[in-house]
Amino acid sequence: MFAAFLQYLFSGLTSGAIYALAGLGFAIIYNSSHVINFAQGEFIMIGGMASATLVGSGVPMPLAIPLAMLISMAAGIALEKFAIEPARNSDVVTIIIITIGASIFMRGAAQLIWDKEFHSLPAFSGESPIAIFGATLMPQSLWVFGVSGVVIVALWWFFNRTMFGKAMLATSHNSLAARLVGIGVKRVLMASFALSALLGAVGGIVVTPITFTNYEAGIMLGLKGFSAAVLGGLGNGGGAIVGGLIVGIAEALASGYLSSAYKDAIAFVIILFVLFFMPNGLFGKRGTDRV
Amino acid sequence: MRNLVKWGAAAVVAAGLCPVAGVAGAAEPIKIGSILSVTGPASFLGEPEKKTLEMYVERINKSGGVLGRKVELIVYDDGGAGDKATTFTKRLIESDKVDILIGGSTTAATMAAVPLAERNETPFISLAGAVNIIEPVKKWVFKTPHTDRMAAEKVFADMKKRGITKIGLISEDAGFGKSGHDQSLAVVKEFGIEIVADEVYSPKDPDVTAQLTKIKNAAGIQAVFNFGFGQGPAIVTKNFKQLGMAVPLYESHGVASKDYIKLAGDASEGVRLPAAGIVVPEQLAATDPQKPVVTAFKKDYEAAFKSDVSTFAGHAYDGLQIALAAINRAGSTDKAKVRDEIEKTSGYVGTGGLVSMSATDHMGLSPSAFHMVEIRKGGWVLSD
Repeated sequence: MFAAFLQYLFSGLTSGAIYALAGLGFAIIYNSSHVINFAQGEFIMIGGMASATLVGSGVPMPLAIPLAMLISMAAGIALEKFAIEPARNSDVVTIIIITIGASIFMRGAAQLIWDKEFHSLPAFSGESPIAIFGATLMPQSLWVFGVSGVVIVALWWFFNRTMFGKAMLATSHNSLAARLVGIGVKRVLMASFALSALLGAVGGIVVTPITFTNYEAGIMLGLKGFSAAVLGGLGNGGGAIVGGLIVGIAEALASGYLSSAYKDAIAFVIILFVLFFMPNGLFGKRGTDRV
Repeated sequence: MRNLVKWGAAAVVAAGLCPVAGVAGAAEPIKIGSILSVTGPASFLGEPEKKTLEMYVERINKSGGVLGRKVELIVYDDGGAGDKATTFTKRLIESDKVDILIGGSTTAATMAAVPLAERNETPFISLAGAVNIIEPVKKWVFKTPHTDRMAAEKVFADMKKRGITKIGLISEDAGFGKSGHDQSLAVVKEFGIEIVADEVYSPKDPDVTAQLTKIKNAAGIQAVFNFGFGQGPAIVTKNFKQLGMAVPLYESHGVASKDYIKLAGDASEGVRLPAAGIVVPEQLAATDPQKPVVTAFKKDYEAAFKSDVSTFAGHAYDGLQIALAAINRAGSTDKAKVRDEIEKTSGYVGTGGLVSMSATDHMGLSPSAFHMVEIRKGGWVLSD
C-alpha cells in the first residue's frame, strides 16, 4: 500500500514540478510589469521544439540546448519590442490581451517554421527508472526538480543581490519613481521578457523528454503554469513552485484514491477553495491601493 | 454615392464571373467538395488526407478525368472545429455546388456536416472513425475508415485467443479515446473478458503512472488496453515500462504510425495493436488481394511527399476511389444515382481492406480488414 502511495506521490511530483517550472515564468513578468503574459506557454513550446528539432537534425545536445535558449530569448525580446513596447502606455489589460494575440501568432509561426508533429528529446541521464521502496521514478523527473530548485535560487539572487534585479523590482513598484532615480524602464521591461522567455525555454527543454512537445504544447503548460502561479500568489517565485506541486500532487492522489475521471476537477476545486479564502494566493502579498 | 460604389462592385464581380461561367458551360468538371482538418489538433489526419486527394485528382485529370470530364477538388480547412465544418459544408453545397462530399477528418466535423448532406441530398463519404456516423444508417452518408468498435473487437479476440480474461482499460477522456472506451465496454462481454480497472487520463497529461499503478494493483490483471492517440499513448507506454509492468500492453489503431514508435522509444517493444494492411504491406501474404494496392499506394505517397505513409492518407484514397468508381458506374453526377452506386460498391480492394457496402452497411469493411501487429525492434511485425 505504501508503495502505491509513494508511486502516486512521485507521479504528482513529476507533473507538479513541470507545472511549477511553467508557473515561474508568469511570476517574473508579473513581478516586473504587473502583466500576465499569456504567451508564456509558447516560450516553453519554443524551447522544447527548438531543442528537439536541432537534436533531431544532428546538432549535439550540449550545443542544441543553449541555442534553443537563445532562440526563445530572441522571441521574447521580439515580442516585447514589436508588440508590448508600442502599447506600453496602455492599460495593463490591453497588454494582457496583446499577449494572448501573440501566443496565437507564435503557435501559427511554429507550425510553419517547424511542423505539426510531436517531437521528443532523449532523457538527459538515461531511461532506467530508479526504484525506491517499491515505487519508481524516472531520472528525468529529478532533472526537473533540480532545475526548478536552481532556477528559484538564481532568481532570488538576481532580484535581491544584483543592481539590475533590484532595478526591475523598483520599476514594478513605481515606474515613475524608478525613472526619476535613473532606471531605464524600457530596458527593464525588455529584460524581463527576455528573462521569462529564457526561463520558459529552460522549462521546455527539461520537460520535453517526459511530455514530448509539439506546436500546441504551450497551451496546456501555460494553463497549468498559470494555475500554479495564481495558487502560489502571483509574482512570488517560491509560491509558484509550491502551487505547481500542490496541483500536481492533488491530481495524482485524486486519480489514485478517488477516480481519474475527477482528477482535473479536484485540482481546480482546490484552487478555487484557496482563492476563496486567500484571494492573493498562498504567498501573495495583500494588495493595498493608496487613495 | 454609396449606391454607386455598390453597383460598381457588383459590376466588377459580374465581369469577373462571366469567363468562369463560360468555361464551365463548355466542359463542366466533376466537383468534389472536401472539409478537412488541415490545421489544428487533428492536422495529422487532415494534412495527409488533403495531400492524397490533391495528388490523385491531379493524376486522374492527367489521364483524362472521369466520364471524359475533369475532376475539380475544393478543399476547406475546418481547423478541427465542428462549427466551421458546418459553415464550409453549407458553402460547398450551396455556392460551390459540389457533386459529392469527401471528408470530415474528425467525427465531430463529420457529424456537423451530416444533417446538411442529408437535407440537401448530397452523397457524403466521411473519413472519420466513430461508429455512430453509419449507425444508424443515414441515407446519404458513408465512411471508409475502420470503426473503433472493430478495433476493440480485434483486440479482445486476440486476448481471448491467448486466454486473457481480466484486463485493465486506460483511455483518453475525450474524443477518440472516449468513443473507443464506450465501444470497448459495449463489446467486451461477448469475448468473456472482464474489465477490472477502468482509468482515464487527459490528452495532455504529462504523467499517468498514478492511473497505471491503480491498474497494476487491481487483482488478477492479465493485460492492459489503452485507447487514445497523439502523445497520450506514448506517455502511457513509457510509464508502463517505468513501472515494470509484466503483463502485455495493447494499443488501439490510433497509434499505428511510426511517430508513436519514435516517441515511446524502447518502451514500445512488444506492444500489440490492430492495424490495417497498409502498415505492413511487405509482410502481407502474396495471395492477399490488398498487397498490390497498399504496396503501390505506399510507394506513390512516399515518393511524392518524402514522408511515411499513414492509414489516414489511405482513408482519403479509398474515399476518392469509391466516389469516382460510383460516378463512373452511374454514368453521370446525378446525386441520387451516384448515391445508389456507392451503396452498391462491392469487392473494392482498398488500403483499409475489402469494401462491400449494402443498404444496411455504409462502411462495408469486415473484421478481417484489421491485422494484429506487434512492435519488434522499432518496426511492425504481423502477428496473425
